Amino acid sequence: MRRKTIAIASLGVVSALALAGCAGGAGADDPDNTIDGEVQGEVTFVTWRTDLVQDGTFEAYAEQFTEMYPDASVTFEGITDYEGEMRTRLSTESYGDVLGIPNSVQPDQFADYFEPLGQTDDLEGTYRFLAPKSFDGVQYGLALGGNANGLVYNTAVFEEAGVTEVPKTEEEFLAALQAIEENTDAIPMYTNYKDGWPLSQWTSNIGAPSGDADAMNAMTTEDAPWTEGTDIYAIDSLIFDAVAGGYTEDDPLTTNWEQSKVDFATGKIGVMGLGSWAISQLQAAAEDNGESADVVGYMTFPATASDGTQYAMVGGDYNLGINVNSDVKAAAKAWIDFLLEESGFTETQGMVSALTTDPLPSNLGGLEEEGVELLELSPAPAGEESLVNDIADGAQIDLYGNIYRQKLVDIARGAADGDKESYFEELNTAWADSRAQVG
Amino acid sequence: MSFTAAAPDAPAAPGPAIVPISPRPPRPSRRRDRRPAGPRSILNRLTPYLFIAAAVGLLLLLTYLPAANMLWYSLTDWDGIDKEQNFIGLQNYLEVFTNPRVFGVFFVSIYYFIGAFVQMAIALYFAALLSTRTRFSNFFRGVLFFPYLINGVAIGFVFLYLFQPGGTLDTVLGWFGVADTPQWLGDPDVANFSLAGTSVWRYTGMNFVLFLGAMQSIPRELYEAAEIDGANDWQQFWALTFPGIRRIIGLSFILAVAGSLSVFEIPFIMTGGANGTSTFVIQTLQTAFTFRQVGLASAMAIVLLAIVLIVTWVQRRVFPDEKVDLT
Repeated sequence: MRRKTIAIASLGVVSALALAGCAGGAGADDPDNTIDGEVQGEVTFVTWRTDLVQDGTFEAYAEQFTEMYPDASVTFEGITDYEGEMRTRLSTESYGDVLGIPNSVQPDQFADYFEPLGQTDDLEGTYRFLAPKSFDGVQYGLALGGNANGLVYNTAVFEEAGVTEVPKTEEEFLAALQAIEENTDAIPMYTNYKDGWPLSQWTSNIGAPSGDADAMNAMTTEDAPWTEGTDIYAIDSLIFDAVAGGYTEDDPLTTNWEQSKVDFATGKIGVMGLGSWAISQLQAAAEDNGESADVVGYMTFPATASDGTQYAMVGGDYNLGINVNSDVKAAAKAWIDFLLEESGFTETQGMVSALTTDPLPSNLGGLEEEGVELLELSPAPAGEESLVNDIADGAQIDLYGNIYRQKLVDIARGAADGDKESYFEELNTAWADSRAQVG
Repeated sequence: MSFTAAAPDAPAAPGPAIVPISPRPPRPSRRRDRRPAGPRSILNRLTPYLFIAAAVGLLLLLTYLPAANMLWYSLTDWDGIDKEQNFIGLQNYLEVFTNPRVFGVFFVSIYYFIGAFVQMAIALYFAALLSTRTRFSNFFRGVLFFPYLINGVAIGFVFLYLFQPGGTLDTVLGWFGVADTPQWLGDPDVANFSLAGTSVWRYTGMNFVLFLGAMQSIPRELYEAAEIDGANDWQQFWALTFPGIRRIIGLSFILAVAGSLSVFEIPFIMTGGANGTSTFVIQTLQTAFTFRQVGLASAMAIVLLAIVLIVTWVQRRVFPDEKVDLT
């Protein structure tokens, strides 16, 4: 009796497996399984936006998508620690059908993991932000949307402090911070040191102080990038001076990102260095706390290029790529196209659309009023796509991280040995050593 | 077995009293004779190994295979995702030993090492106190062991709030008139003490339970005899309790050294290694995942393993594991 049950059960399992194998349909190596093929099958979208999975925003998009393509459907997998978890998952073949290309994948590794989406030259007319995920002229990812970079500021706090003009230089900015310190109870500038990643947001301003789209590429040719006159110097010394001047929170080790949104909205914080993606979250925080959404102002990095213009850098958010092992490449491509073109995602999120024909989002209107020009970093020269990262990693300077900048803050507040000059000297030495090894 | 089959053996037994005994002696020999080299007996002989195989298999799969993999990574320049792993020999190890940044963080371990002694002293004190008949002793045992049961991440968050400026700790100290408190985590001179203190709070219960268990295995009669001889509490502790638990103290010491070299979760959750609180494991993690140098990080991990093994070995040499003899 028992043996019979087991036999039936195992028969069931085997047939279920066999059926599942059939249902998979075209294998990854099937010649028909290309991004131009027939749109059918179930697409798994691995996403970093867990909030949009939970509140059903994506689910609504998926329903619209299935209406357009009755044979295709989309399921979602939201991952909180997206970078960390995806790095491990990439060693398997199952990392979804559509996913945001993790930053840890270097350009020369794109072809191992992602399906080519076309020649970059052909796509250039249609899409913004192509450069970072292009290798050898082939495009591997399309940005879901983009952000401008700069600083959010509380207009009410600025007004109370008597700062009427948005600061356009470092001196004006520090003067504004001092005015906030003297005239209000607010913390002039909040670093979000403990959470760390907000400190990395500053790096995206490279290019803005000089108005030079090649500023990032130029770092690979310099042995001492932390020298007066460069963009990274301007950015890091602004942070240093603000902390050293006592314009930041007293105990940076106990900051809290979620709380900082509320504190900002309720006028306890003057300025935070964040990408424009933060605007909608801060506006929501303001409204939740009984303030007007108008308190959230956005400015570019406080510097004016030598040509007298102010620039703000715009760059892509995560790029969507297609798993090279996917069984449903055509449906995956259709889903990317749908998200970018039909869904209205960037508009509802207040992001810059990846489509060149779409207008800029309204929350960047402040920048336009100030006469700020938007600028996109130019791509790295062919063959040097990974060079900046390789040099930075070899020097153990996390250019897009928080470790070296936390030390900068520590030195500026007197918690670690050294001063601005000695630390920049240290960074330059490490950079030069690594450049000699890598380059 | 029917009665008839058993009958031929039975006549040897004269009385009913011996009946149950007499069939026994022949049994082993009979079994040996009847054991043919069939598949069943091979299975019988293999049974213990099959039981072990599951455990050993899992151990190999989940511990030794990854360790061997790591040993291989430590000889390559792998970045964690590249499909190619280039063999570069001992270069990573050279880097580990020549880069002052890598070994500098071991100074942070000293805080936790000192903390471990404080922790053992506290645990020993309470174990000695609660091993005797004390009022509510079970309740206090529970209280002391409880922190060890809490998840390390939760402890990190709890203490993060405790240490905040104007947080719980400052408030409590304020009741006693201490107003001028430092920034418990923000002040680099204090931060490591705060973290080591958190670690002590968490692991004291573990030491306490080990000590208590050892103390309770010491025969009561010895204490009674000592009491009759007129030994006071101190003399009893030094002459009986301490030697009785010396092995456990030795074990705790090894755990303390290994633990203080490989501190991770408390500083990682509470400060992320910022403000001079980075430990060797945090540094290894950053090397592997922030700077994409998995090869170098693997070498660091292997070096840490080697250091822990060497320290343990030296310790066993210096303090050999003496037989405890209480008589």
